[in-house]
Amino acid sequence: MRRTAWALLAGMLLGLPGWALDTTVLPDPALQARYVGLTHELRCMQCQNESIADSPVDLAADLRNQVRDQLLQGKSDQEIRDWMAARYGDFILFRPRYSWGNAWLWGAPVALLLLGAWVAVRVVRQREHLLAADPNPDVVEEDTPR
Amino acid sequence: MNRFLLPLGIFGLLVVVLVIGIRHSPEKGIIASPLIGRSAPEFSLPALMQPGGTVSTASFKGRWYLLNVWGTWCGECRNEHAMLLRIKENGAVPLVGLDWKDDDAQAQAWLAQLGNPYESIGADRSGRVAIDYGVYGAPETFLINPQGIVVFKQVGAITEEVWTGQILPRVKGQGSR
Repeated sequence: MRRTAWALLAGMLLGLPGWALDTTVLPDPALQARYVGLTHELRCMQCQNESIADSPVDLAADLRNQVRDQLLQGKSDQEIRDWMAARYGDFILFRPRYSWGNAWLWGAPVALLLLGAWVAVRVVRQREHLLAADPNPDVVEEDTPR
Repeated sequence: MNRFLLPLGIFGLLVVVLVIGIRHSPEKGIIASPLIGRSAPEFSLPALMQPGGTVSTASFKGRWYLLNVWGTWCGECRNEHAMLLRIKENGAVPLVGLDWKDDDAQAQAWLAQLGNPYESIGADRSGRVAIDYGVYGAPETFLINPQGIVVFKQVGAITEEVWTGQILPRVKGQGSR
């Protein structure tokens, strides 16, 4: 029984590398690291929620080969990202780029923060003004019926 | 009265932004091609129907054409085929095929059986040309003007509505639209 369990476990551990989808190995560890990084930040256009590193479809494999070949040709990470985006659009980049088209999106939180600060300052100033106008604010004046 | 004006104004602005966003949002799941308005990527591929021949973009310069990406493994392409035959019959714009990651013999058999709507067909066996066109599924069709600029891209089968509403007006309208 115990022996069977060990054999099963060993079999499972041995089987693990075989499950790896992408078995590409580049000659240089630095290139390999860049390869892994890039393939994880490019979207598989057919599945759309997977990176090309994780997708089993044909097109993802073709794009991985492109990344590998271009890295071997000495292209920079940015050149490879631009090459992909020129064909498939910014949508292929999981990490969005800054551009004039989406500047408002990046700028909106800052603008809203500034707007909020401006409103807060105004409200506080107004209160201070009211306080200054009323020398005795703690006394609540009440009208009593005559 | 005045203290409601600012929030109301902001709300109104938000409504306008959302309405514009919804009106202009492309159909869900369809991704705008960065190729629109740019030169169609050049290619030179073995011709599927003429052994030894080539099909290249250079030979299409100076006239309108539709570049249709298809493959015998693509079910939707079979559905689209009848429309392609009608487009050929219409004659307003020639069809050029890009046979994507396909087996030549199977592709030839498919055309023999269903009819060949294409003027010429490039055999993109490795899929490298399709990558240059940003193709991520078949069928996809690019309308290319005489200057070699991509003016329209259809993702999925060309329907009667797309043909009469998107493609024909551009070809008939001439110019560089």
